Amino acid sequence: MAPTQKLINDGNHAVDEMLRGVLAAHPMHLTLAAPRAVIAKHGPRAGKVALVIGGGSGHEPTFLGFVGKGLADAAAVGNVFASPPPQPAVDAAMASHGGAGVLFMYGNYAGDVMNFDMAAEMLEMEGIEARTVLTTDDIASSPDRAKRRGVAGNVFIFKCAGAAADLMLPLDEVERIAARANDRTYTMGVALSACSLPQTRRLNFDLPAGEMEIGMGIHGEPGIRRGPLKPANAVADEIMDAILAEMAAPKGAKVAVLVNSLGSTPLMELYILYARVAERLSAAELTVHTALVGPYCTSMEMAGASITVMHLDDELTRMLDHPCDCAMFRVG
Amino acid sequence: MDFTTQNCTALFQALATRMAAERDALCALDGLIGDADHGIAMEQGMQAAAAEVPGLPTLQDQFNAAAKAFLNAVGASSGPLYATALMRAAKAAGPRVAMPASETPRLIVAMAEGIAHRGRAEPGQKTMIDAWHPAAEAAKSGSTWPEILQAAQAGADATARMQASLGRAARLGERSLGHKDPGAVSACMIIEEFAKALG
Repeated sequence: MAPTQKLINDGNHAVDEMLRGVLAAHPMHLTLAAPRAVIAKHGPRAGKVALVIGGGSGHEPTFLGFVGKGLADAAAVGNVFASPPPQPAVDAAMASHGGAGVLFMYGNYAGDVMNFDMAAEMLEMEGIEARTVLTTDDIASSPDRAKRRGVAGNVFIFKCAGAAADLMLPLDEVERIAARANDRTYTMGVALSACSLPQTRRLNFDLPAGEMEIGMGIHGEPGIRRGPLKPANAVADEIMDAILAEMAAPKGAKVAVLVNSLGSTPLMELYILYARVAERLSAAELTVHTALVGPYCTSMEMAGASITVMHLDDELTRMLDHPCDCAMFRVG
Repeated sequence: MDFTTQNCTALFQALATRMAAERDALCALDGLIGDADHGIAMEQGMQAAAAEVPGLPTLQDQFNAAAKAFLNAVGASSGPLYATALMRAAKAAGPRVAMPASETPRLIVAMAEGIAHRGRAEPGQKTMIDAWHPAAEAAKSGSTWPEILQAAQAGADATARMQASLGRAARLGERSLGHKDPGAVSACMIIEEFAKALG
């Protein structure tokens, strides 16, 4: 098969060249604390819990796009689809902590857990308390919440934790709000095509023409089932059926919604999905407080989309509404 | 014949060359049940390790330098697992310029223990441990290098019949059946290079 077409110079340097571009484009927001450790220009300060996020590259604007005042203080940047090693996470934490502890937040993947746990151990030796809240919003990945992957719901979950930290709440409270945000966030996706790593430029799985895969992960991990590609409304219904059944929110409850592109699916298709999502939420008598539509957690050039619904309460609503100013995401 | 620091340098060069040659095949295998990056991680890790090993005074220094280089180049899940394995190998080799050939199977035992400790994996979960554990058991019972390699390969072959219960493929359930675990396959390649260098 012919190699995929990418605007890159050298697959082995894609992450570092991207990082160079991000720093050049957003000098008011971001700076480099150490190799592969990006820190917010404004935000980190004495007495504030440092929120440090991170993970593999290839999901932009997740993770580094969510570093900024009111959201994450710093991010550790891994290779494409690979957890960063412990050192950038340690460097990010050391550069951003304000003496009130560090909260690591990242998606629940075996590699990330091992590397960030090693980072937390290294920080402990420096006398810095580091705790962890894993994101586990992908409801297709396991019936057991604790075993699920973290996917596009990250943006809402990180947002709530970042607001709590920006409000100068203590580590216990930031951790509690982060965990609560995660527990109330539900995501499911559908893939229409594969993506390819810059180093290999080969499609990372085989999805025959005319087929879709429901529940596929953001690294192309196989999902729940494959079947013929269905119309947008049918896909939205299948995903919303699963989310609404599990969320079991009472009538009148408020929600935040994200219709996310996995990379190459355009806004037109996302808004077609959103129209159906809004109808379903309205039929369930749920009120949309926040709606995001666009690429928030991508899988390079993969085609497809995910739908996230967060079941809000008053506290999480305040956290979502709290201003933030990041290179690739703003509220207020 | 002793295993010297020069042999160790050559071993890491061979590992880097082997992983570069197998990169795309390992990625393709990983694409069937994972995220298709395993070959890249192994190539980057072993290349970084091979670059740091030459010229260091003892085997312990060499394995420790390889561990650190592998971890920092890779991250992912293979980074912490192989870094821990190589640090255990460093301890087993000790601050020596050479170790007797008869002792070298202990390196495999130490590496398998490190991987099991870091990954908290048990045999039968369809991970690299399914190659490392039988290899270590063979090494402990005084087997020759060809026998150690054979044990690893039989273990890796058996992963095709296992349903993953740990790591990224665990989310696949039954759909992981029929495919070998890429981590177990690359483990065999590593053990094969050890066997060629030390056997």
